[in-house]
Amino acid sequence: MRAVQRADLDQVIAIDAGVTGLEKRKYWASVYRRYGSGERSEQQFLVAIDQGRVVGFIIGEVRDWEFGSPPCGWVFAIDVLPQARLGGIGTRLLETISAAFRRAGVRKLRTMLARDNPLILSFFRSQGMMAGPLISLEMDLE
Amino acid sequence: MRLQKNTLLALYSVLESAGEPETHIAAVRIADKYGVSSHHLAKVLAELARAGILESVRGAGGGYRFAGNPRRLTLMDIIQMFEEFSPPVAQRNAPGEVTPVDRALGVVLAEIDENAKATFSSITLATLLRLIDKQQGEAAADALRGEAVAAARPAAAPRTAARKPSARR
Repeated sequence: MRAVQRADLDQVIAIDAGVTGLEKRKYWASVYRRYGSGERSEQQFLVAIDQGRVVGFIIGEVRDWEFGSPPCGWVFAIDVLPQARLGGIGTRLLETISAAFRRAGVRKLRTMLARDNPLILSFFRSQGMMAGPLISLEMDLE
Repeated sequence: MRLQKNTLLALYSVLESAGEPETHIAAVRIADKYGVSSHHLAKVLAELARAGILESVRGAGGGYRFAGNPRRLTLMDIIQMFEEFSPPVAQRNAPGEVTPVDRALGVVLAEIDENAKATFSSITLATLLRLIDKQQGEAAADALRGEAVAAARPAAAPRTAARKPSARR
């Protein structure tokens, strides 16, 4: 596990595109600019490396008083190369980002997930995450 | 949300057996632990065995053994064997009888059902077994703290009792 480097970005984009079907180069470039410095515990963009290639990544940051909540760590992206899954890489990515957030002084980790994605929901559940006090709402803007 | 009795019995049985996957657990042990009739439980266990989740072994030392994959089997897999999630209100009435109130209530109830289904579908037996272990650990720690407080009390109690008469004066 280590902080992302510019040279990793193509592999991160390929993992994401393989899962979502969309190659979002501009989006990933902006994510790298914001989270890729690796200098602050509050902002994390980590990659898992196996035999010299990127096999997974996780991104998150500490957000203060968002939704009225005291500072806590938010994970907003995690993915593991499908052929590298079930080997504990996701768990180690989550442990590494959790350790960074602890160093930043927070004691709560949150994420938000699509309820029709049982795979990723089951992963976070298996790590001990339970429903939090927030409910997500949305509406169509006509 | 309330689950039917048979659903709860199925969850108790599957979790008991998945917690001790090498052991054949007698139906009477589960029935005694959860205060239910062995006869009622037998029907639920037979259903779980038919689905391949439990393996039934007859004879002395027999019972039921877990035969599934605890990292793959979710609470929803068990629950939907015994429970039917009710259709939205609008679908229960004949087309001509559906009112705007029915439709609006249907939207709200469907939202609750969708969240419940997502929750049950995301929790595997392995995850729930870890939660059970964690809660047992917390209960044991609470009990130890309680004992420590109780052990400290006898020294404090006489002081309190001794103060009372002077307070009356």
